[in-house]
Amino acid sequence: MEKEFRFIGKETPRKDAGEIVRGKAKFIDDLKLTGMLYGKILRSPHPHALIKEIDASRAKKIDGVKAVLTYKEIPGWRAGLPSHIGVLDRKVRFVGDAVALVAAETEEIAEEALELIDVHYEPLQAVYDVEEAMKPGALQLYTQFPGNVFPLACPWMGPNSLQEVVMGDVEKGFAESDIIVEGTCTYENIPNPLPLESPGVIASWEGPEELTVWSSSQCPYLLKVTLHYAMGRINVRSIAAHCGGSFGTKVMPWHLVFYAAALAKAARKPVKLCYTKAEHFAAFTLRLGSRFSGRVGIKKDGSVMAVSGDWFINAGFCSDAAQGMVAVGCGEVQLMVRCANWNIKPKLVCTNRNASKMVRGYGGQELEAAFIPVLTMALEKAGLDPFEFFKKNYVKPGDGYYWRDGNWWVCRGINYEKVMEKGAEVFGWKDKWKGWLKPTSVSGTKRTGVGVGMHGNADVGEDVSEAYVRLDPDATAVIYSCVSEHGTGQRSSLCKMVAEVLKLPVERISMAPPDSLVNPYEFGPVGSRGTYAIGSAVIRAAEDARQKLLEKSAPLLDTRPEELDTEDGMIFIKGRNDKKIPWKAGIGFDRTCFGYGRFEPDFTVPNFMMIFVEVEVDTETGKIDLRRVVAATDVGQVIDSQSLTNQLHGCLGSAGLDSAIFEESVLDKKLGRILNPNMLDYKWRTFLELPAFDTVILETPFQTHLFKSIGVGEIVTSPAPPAVLMAVSNAIGKRLAEYPLTPDKILRALGKVKENKARSTQ
Amino acid sequence: MSPYFITLIVNNQRYVLEIGNRPGGVKPSHTLAHTLRENLGLTGTKVGCNKGECGACTVLLEGKPVLSCLVLTVECDGKSITTIEGLEDSQTGKLDPIQQSFLESGAFQCGFCTPGMIMSVKALLSSSSSPTDEEIREALSGHYCRCISHYHVLEAVTRALHKSR
Repeated sequence: MEKEFRFIGKETPRKDAGEIVRGKAKFIDDLKLTGMLYGKILRSPHPHALIKEIDASRAKKIDGVKAVLTYKEIPGWRAGLPSHIGVLDRKVRFVGDAVALVAAETEEIAEEALELIDVHYEPLQAVYDVEEAMKPGALQLYTQFPGNVFPLACPWMGPNSLQEVVMGDVEKGFAESDIIVEGTCTYENIPNPLPLESPGVIASWEGPEELTVWSSSQCPYLLKVTLHYAMGRINVRSIAAHCGGSFGTKVMPWHLVFYAAALAKAARKPVKLCYTKAEHFAAFTLRLGSRFSGRVGIKKDGSVMAVSGDWFINAGFCSDAAQGMVAVGCGEVQLMVRCANWNIKPKLVCTNRNASKMVRGYGGQELEAAFIPVLTMALEKAGLDPFEFFKKNYVKPGDGYYWRDGNWWVCRGINYEKVMEKGAEVFGWKDKWKGWLKPTSVSGTKRTGVGVGMHGNADVGEDVSEAYVRLDPDATAVIYSCVSEHGTGQRSSLCKMVAEVLKLPVERISMAPPDSLVNPYEFGPVGSRGTYAIGSAVIRAAEDARQKLLEKSAPLLDTRPEELDTEDGMIFIKGRNDKKIPWKAGIGFDRTCFGYGRFEPDFTVPNFMMIFVEVEVDTETGKIDLRRVVAATDVGQVIDSQSLTNQLHGCLGSAGLDSAIFEESVLDKKLGRILNPNMLDYKWRTFLELPAFDTVILETPFQTHLFKSIGVGEIVTSPAPPAVLMAVSNAIGKRLAEYPLTPDKILRALGKVKENKARSTQ
Repeated sequence: MSPYFITLIVNNQRYVLEIGNRPGGVKPSHTLAHTLRENLGLTGTKVGCNKGECGACTVLLEGKPVLSCLVLTVECDGKSITTIEGLEDSQTGKLDPIQQSFLESGAFQCGFCTPGMIMSVKALLSSSSSPTDEEIREALSGHYCRCISHYHVLEAVTRALHKSR
């Protein structure tokens, strides 16, 4: 079918491309306010301790130091879910926990002052393992969370937010199964999403209850709302700079704002606080620790009959969104595998390490990475091809699932079988798949193996978006939508959508800055919701503005609005070329024309992503070489092909695929320290180790979107880790069940080094 | 003690900076990245790790790529430095062909690593008119990009090579 679009799907440079390649794009650390001070944080060397004494008097005497704060003199702001974290506390709960804050005229002076704060700690016993933390007698991190277990309710997702996967009758399901397997798998390497730009904020008080915050947030409006409730109902204006990578981690950096705002209040000056890379590693955001231990029953034909088990989730020292990730993870596992009988019980546990917070993959990646290796033990016993299994079992139009709000939703999306088949064909799956624990090829000490992963997400239509579109008489349009640019090209894609609605060149569409003072409510570009949720709000605002323009113009052209159309800033009667008026005439030279659009949550349209991987394992050294990746998905309609393929390649980054191979925050379980908080010891893939990467993108129309499109960026990382684990297991002929697959684990599985305490499902 | 000055030629412009603790001055401990950003306002040079591990702060010193977070400003007296701001034509604003290629190939996502990568490619293509694929990857291997724009970056370099032929 011939595409009729003028802008959608056409390759045009991103609106901010010029700024980026010129070095003119302004990130948070590029901003300076007059009289601005610099904040620094003294951090705890202990994983768990009470502050017995703290004396900051020497630090306060340094020239240039404008404020020093300890737990004794901070505002009573509180955040967390449920609310449990203040600005500073007398108790520290991980190595890197904030102990004191300093604001000074320069960063150097602030750092010098930190060294002059005298702290006497009483160390407490620390706990790092989820099951240890839950044992009677384990030291409690918070008195209000007995057993170190957080309640699972997530009020902002609704009164019945999903807290488990429980339905049907699992005993009956197991009784009807041909094959039952039981096992444990751990995805507890707590990889760091680690955007290149470390997080930062600037806080400035305009009045006693009026705070302006500049940040690298991905969701500036959501940050405003979060801070409003956390900081005693104050009025917050939240402005986003260009965001130097987030992957979910910078959605709402309330803790940085707490520190900067407390210092700004005390010093009566704006304060900038940007984390160093070491702080970014040790005290910002890790992925959740995830351990699945349970049973799966299937029929010989691959029908899943019953799943039961415990899902242990390690949140680190606090939780601000982990309950939401548990809810979404519980939903996503159902999208991947249809089954009538479930009993998965999550336990969200706090331990004495840096916190796990929002990250791309958002619960589903963590659950599935640990669950799939157990599930596939059953496929191995039944001799089933995992590609065929996923294709058969994922949720199709008409199938239902419990989503994060606890409600049952029925899928009205599209069928993904065609793109899965296409992906398999491009990858050569049928030739390369030799059966479970069988290598694809063997050459000396090198063995290759293949794996496949599948992931779906119904959050593509989550939460509310609002937008305005303003038409100006000079035939330009302005979008008001509180979206910051964090790498997905979303702001540009929104301009393309409005250009298409108004039939106006993209160059004539601009966007208001991401500022909560200017723009209406916007949840933000998360969960692949940019295209469907944000896009639909913006499209509706553009349609509303267009309608008003045509209504105003109709009398001038002696006709009815429905007879009119507009293109390139002219208004005319459809199918006729003789009578035209410019926007200026229709709108009025001294007026503007305003449209409003809103998107209401819709959980009925999941997206899906299938990833194929091929690895080569050196059985002599245990090293894994990622040879090839194929990412296959159906997007309905491509909006911007460069942004789309860039996002799909992102599967290798942000604690995604490589969290199966080498990415790991190495936690010393004696001292509580992360041992590799730098970019040499924390491993990352370089240009020299890039695998061959193919994207397979189909465009089967989604009826839910004006341009038949759906978002996909967020889910790309999620199917990859279990696919890699499968590929490596097949290459070496041994089942593996603990990430990441570092050479020691490979050699241990091969019996080439002594068994340590590695977990195995065999 | 009489004041001590150093001279930097940044993007063909001469800057004379006082060494010392006075406001606006350069301390002996200041890195080139700090001076470019904080004293000269050239914030196109990004600081990712500030420890020489990520490549973001790459600039050209006497035409050679260096990590400006590992170079002390006082070492650069009399030397010529090119930053991302110095690549476009200062008269016409026309982009350098490498910048233009990055723009056309969509060779970035968040864009934080982009200036550093462009400077490394600039150094590579200034010293070699037909680098091999391996040499291109080697030249970029010190640059961290967490969004994974690598594939589009490689396409941009190829595009720039074609433009220069």
